[in-house]
Amino acid sequence: MDKLVNNLKEALKAAGIKDGATLSFHHHMRNGDYVLNMTLAAAAELGVKDLTVNASAIFPVHAPLIDLIKQGVVTSLECNYMSGPVGEAISQGILDKPVIFRTHGGRPADIASGQFPIDIAVIAAPAADKMGNISGKFGPSQCGSLGYAFADAEFADQVIAVTDHLMPYPLVEYSIPETQVNYVVQVDKIGDPKGIVSGTTKITRDPIGLLMAQYATQVIEASPYYQDGMSFQTGAGGASLATAAFLKDRMLERGIKGSYGMGGITSYLVDMLEAGCFESLVDVQCFDLGAVESIRTNPKHREVSALHYAAPRPAVASSLVDNLDFVILGATEMDKNFNVNVHTNSQGVIMGGSGGHSDTAAGAKLAMIIAPLTRARMPLILDQVTCLSTPGETIDILVTQYGIAVNPRREDLIQALSASKLPLRSIEDLQKTAEDLVGKPKPLPHGDKVVGQVRYRTGEIISEIYQLN
Amino acid sequence: MQIIRQAMAGTLESSDVLVEISPADRICIELESPVKAQFGDSILATAKEVLEAQGVQGAQVRLQDQGALDCTLRARLETCIARASQEEDHA
Repeated sequence: MDKLVNNLKEALKAAGIKDGATLSFHHHMRNGDYVLNMTLAAAAELGVKDLTVNASAIFPVHAPLIDLIKQGVVTSLECNYMSGPVGEAISQGILDKPVIFRTHGGRPADIASGQFPIDIAVIAAPAADKMGNISGKFGPSQCGSLGYAFADAEFADQVIAVTDHLMPYPLVEYSIPETQVNYVVQVDKIGDPKGIVSGTTKITRDPIGLLMAQYATQVIEASPYYQDGMSFQTGAGGASLATAAFLKDRMLERGIKGSYGMGGITSYLVDMLEAGCFESLVDVQCFDLGAVESIRTNPKHREVSALHYAAPRPAVASSLVDNLDFVILGATEMDKNFNVNVHTNSQGVIMGGSGGHSDTAAGAKLAMIIAPLTRARMPLILDQVTCLSTPGETIDILVTQYGIAVNPRREDLIQALSASKLPLRSIEDLQKTAEDLVGKPKPLPHGDKVVGQVRYRTGEIISEIYQLN
Repeated sequence: MQIIRQAMAGTLESSDVLVEISPADRICIELESPVKAQFGDSILATAKEVLEAQGVQGAQVRLQDQGALDCTLRARLETCIARASQEEDHA
């Protein structure tokens, strides 16, 4: 037997698609993804309406969603991150219902709990066999980890694998097993490799970014958690990568041996693993080809589900963020209470989302924001953030090029860092420095309609995003 | 100063402002800026102040702001006014 069907339309019909259904997608194909667009185009051809799209992230490549929303094919949207034209259109108010923004840990928790059931999960499968064993590690569209898709495959009513690389049965190095997959569709291409993973990720050459990375490294070294067994996560931003590169050298010099590196994995973390800075890497998503190669060949580089990565109790008994020592994160805006916005830009337009930001901040012993104190004329620190993405009580330290602010709640860290030569300042003082440079911004006016709800990892709605004025 | 010809100063790089000035009977300022909501009033006030300080009574001014600081805006405006009020092209 096999589960192969001729095309997506047949698979969607066989899976019982109907008006009002919820379809889910994962974002390992990132801005190279073809699967979300081709699936929704097939659904539109079938004439179904009123669909809910629950995607772990929406990228610029998903711009065709805008027309499907206008046509009533898609009437509800849920995601953890949204950038590009769809975010701009949502900010203009094209969708009647607010977009639900979750976190990378909250999304699989909501799916697993049954509170937000998925009718049909559509898995972009870089490699699959005829029975639906799926791997991300092989094929022309290889992306490495499939961590965000695990909960979708396990808990959706029906699961469709879409692949451009059919392998002989059984694909023993599967990530998602055939037990969870109902249909397999072969297509020409599931994505554009150039958009899926970049060939190389590079550290910043910007002197301000490098200075902040040096400060960040010194903060880590001065903290009480810098010791054997430490765990570490950083993003793929230029200053974050520079911190990983600096930290690697310092750890090797001092002979510090960490336990795990985590997150979206880049070649910089792979280098740290191979140099002996960590015992293992745990990976929900690969950011570059070096990471894909490593997860395929190195048994110490382990794929993990989003539930295992970041889900809160009681959805899971524990997750990896609970034992995280250090996380380095970004921010578009902050306020004096260390609250962070990563959802909207200075014009109030949706251009991001929490992803794992608030999950890792909640879990890590030292959650650090690295951000320049001003971007063009906008100061980082406002009286109030436009959108609350990550609560300030989970953020411990802000590193800027003008100095470092420790959350007053963390007296232990203030004491530890006071012994160093780091330029410690209050966050109020940093705000004043920025305002002396750029002036004090007037509050951004907004429209009345709520276009997005920020659903914290616990399920609580902590913020609302408004339509543009 | 009298605006006698069209002139430009600045760039469209981030943190800069592209200023264009051309002759007109009275002061008219057009502003595009990503931070118009937060700093639009302040930018226009600075522009009027610089024009007045330079004795400009008539000019069509277009500001394509990319988040320039106040000091940058002043410098670009002064340069543009100087260029727009000279016969010779000294570029």
